[in-house]
Amino acid sequence: MQRSHTSLLAGLLVASALALIYAKVTRLGLPLLPGQLEPVWSVEAKIEFDSNRRAALVDFDIPDRLGEFVRLDEYFISRNYGLNIATRARDRHAQWSTRQARGAQRLYYRIEAVPQGADDVAEPPKIRAPKPPAQPIYQEPLASAIQDVLGDVRAESADVFTFVSQMLTRLNAPAPDGNVQVIRNNLDRNSEAWVERLAYVLAGAHISARMVRGVILEDRVSNRDLVPWLEVHNGKHWEGFDPRSGNRGYPDNFLRWAVGSDPVLVVEGGRNANVSFAVSRYAQSLTTVARQRAESNHSLLANLLLFNLPVSTQNVYRVLLMVPLGALVVALMRSFVGLPTLGTFMPVLVALAFRETQLAWGVGLFLLVTASGLSLRFYLERLQLLLVPRLCAVLVLVVLLMVTISLVCARLGIDKGFSLALFPIVILTMVIERLSVIWEESGPGQAVTEGLGSLSVAVLGYLVMKNEVLNHIVFLFPEALLILLAIFILMGRYTGYRLAELARFKDIVDAPAPDEQPPDVRPPA
Amino acid sequence: MFDRLRKLRAAGVIGLNERNRNYLMARNPRALYARVDDKVATKRLAIAAGIAVPQLYGLIRTVREAQNFAHMVSGHDDFVIKPAHGSGGKGVLVISERRRDRYLRSDGQALAAAEIEHHIQNVLGGIYSLGGQIDQAIVEYRVHFDRVFETVSYRGVPDIRVLVYRGVPAMAMLRLPTRRSGGRANLHQGAVGCGIDLLTGTTTLAVCRDQRINEHPDFGTPLAGLVIPGWPALLLLAARCQDLAPLGYLGVDIVLDASLGPLVLELNARPGLGIQIANGRGLRGIFAAIDAAAPLPRGADERIALLRAYLSAQHLPGPLTTLS
Repeated sequence: MQRSHTSLLAGLLVASALALIYAKVTRLGLPLLPGQLEPVWSVEAKIEFDSNRRAALVDFDIPDRLGEFVRLDEYFISRNYGLNIATRARDRHAQWSTRQARGAQRLYYRIEAVPQGADDVAEPPKIRAPKPPAQPIYQEPLASAIQDVLGDVRAESADVFTFVSQMLTRLNAPAPDGNVQVIRNNLDRNSEAWVERLAYVLAGAHISARMVRGVILEDRVSNRDLVPWLEVHNGKHWEGFDPRSGNRGYPDNFLRWAVGSDPVLVVEGGRNANVSFAVSRYAQSLTTVARQRAESNHSLLANLLLFNLPVSTQNVYRVLLMVPLGALVVALMRSFVGLPTLGTFMPVLVALAFRETQLAWGVGLFLLVTASGLSLRFYLERLQLLLVPRLCAVLVLVVLLMVTISLVCARLGIDKGFSLALFPIVILTMVIERLSVIWEESGPGQAVTEGLGSLSVAVLGYLVMKNEVLNHIVFLFPEALLILLAIFILMGRYTGYRLAELARFKDIVDAPAPDEQPPDVRPPA
Repeated sequence: MFDRLRKLRAAGVIGLNERNRNYLMARNPRALYARVDDKVATKRLAIAAGIAVPQLYGLIRTVREAQNFAHMVSGHDDFVIKPAHGSGGKGVLVISERRRDRYLRSDGQALAAAEIEHHIQNVLGGIYSLGGQIDQAIVEYRVHFDRVFETVSYRGVPDIRVLVYRGVPAMAMLRLPTRRSGGRANLHQGAVGCGIDLLTGTTTLAVCRDQRINEHPDFGTPLAGLVIPGWPALLLLAARCQDLAPLGYLGVDIVLDASLGPLVLELNARPGLGIQIANGRGLRGIFAAIDAAAPLPRGADERIALLRAYLSAQHLPGPLTTLS
């Protein structure tokens, strides 16, 4: 009953840990292994204008909702300009202002974005359906051309979207008839004016339409303009249409930038204002991407990420979360191998210190400090001091020893000595005291055995705690510690032999039985 | 390796993990540890129960009292100072003789009173104690061990460790100090352990540092076949210690005093497993037999009778050759 209880508990712990990890991997896109890369798009808007006046105000429409992409970060690069980000209705605007602008001016806005993850698709905010536009009063011959086209298309379509699609196909026909030619009015079909013309025509059918401009993401392109797109409302939601073909939807690499016909860039106090876009793609660690993505996504799962903590706290947890793994090494060594260590967690703390000093240095320092401390301790023994003051005296000596080592290292130009600041001084003091007692009580052999036993466990612990994959997993998925908890619980029920005991009890089964004839029994004196 | 694992399991050898989980945790209630770990408390309980223990000369609680230890031992040429919460023979100072103002240790080293005071201060500071807690120093009668062990022990006091399981002596060994153990009778410090046939009180085989030996490493005297005088009384004494502290898994350390007979030196709530090596067999068999006999009688002599019946009926596995 108790046995199944334990197994059940361990199973539950493992299952819940795995479930959480699974959810994080699939929904937040967190990588299980470190070093995985994901492409990040970087779009840079370059704003240029000439100014000869003293003050300039630049108003630039910056993207808010990116369509199929998620914003990781954005940067505003502008010298001598004050920056203000204004949010109006559903638009965000960057407003740069300066009192002194002379000559050619250049401002940059850069946005970094990644494709949406499964969990990133947020419900679009409820927006009221736009009021259908009133029918414009068209001039002849446009009025009859539009009437004809709309009439034809209406006959061939079932709903708003098919209507729009049909109309666009017709208007983009390679061999246009007279009506279409009138509507086209020789407009460049890649231009914003064309999209506005389309919206104007659609108003004749009481269909709400607007222009959406975006950036087509292609690696290493520059001097691009925004690409206009047509968006139509069917009474329920907006849908994009390619103004040149009538195809529904947006291309996969369309980064939505601005909605509406308002100019993207307005410069007061400047001439020849121009904005151009450059796109590039670079690979970034999946972890970073996932983190930034989680920051812009406010799901419950994302709140469980340690990235939400201040960086200094994060760093503490990076170390702290590894401590149980070090403890696992100690537990394995003690319960399964039977290696003697001084204290249960001393090796873990020493291993933590090794993280600061690197292994070779750490081991060297440990041996040096312990050996010097031991000799000092034996000297103090001759002074016959009380226990606690003597411990404190050893502590002082250990601290002074570390200072000396640091100074010598600095003198020699080795900077490793400085990083031992976190070396567990108090722990070392206790190690020295206990080693000296073991030395006296059980001989130097035992003391050296236990000292080296602790050191080797510490080294092993360090190697485990330094493991990049484990670090990554534990930091991104702290719930993995539940698995560790389950391991500890199961380990607590292990009643088998320790490896060292196989050697220790060897003679019980291997030694020859004593002589069969009873040895001469000597009478008690 | 797996072969040995199988053999050890077949021999019923208990490992530390199993001892800790199945015997210490299951049989020894935590609350009773204090009675056993505190040697002063053990002594008081033993005296109340009429169990023979070395006489207490005095108890030193403070550093100030340490300076007066000379008063405490006036009139005694030899004495022992040990921590009340010590373990494994740590911090035990045996003074066997006095020469003017010097105190001679059992190993012949002469100590000044100041050095003894320092030792007491260390004891009080908790350096030898379980968990390093502030401790008290016990000053007590030094056992004049029975001369039967003279040829097999190097200074120090040989003692008999009886492992008492649920009030029934389950295994016993004679522990003989060696030069390597510094005159102490602890196996892990290098003392010799001799397995004892529970029926006859005769030693069967011996180990030192976990290895089977035939002769004492310092004297070359054979170690098997030693007969421990007054064995039945000793066994009964060990069984009665269960009444002091109802621990199911209890180590009783008994010394044989030349004039006073068996004295209980201390009780141990976490007795080690080296006793299995000294006896050349595992503990699980007899533990299972004792468990099977439960409920066990309340009287110590009845429990001994049960043990005798079991041992006589059973040809125990392992090299118990002196059964006659």
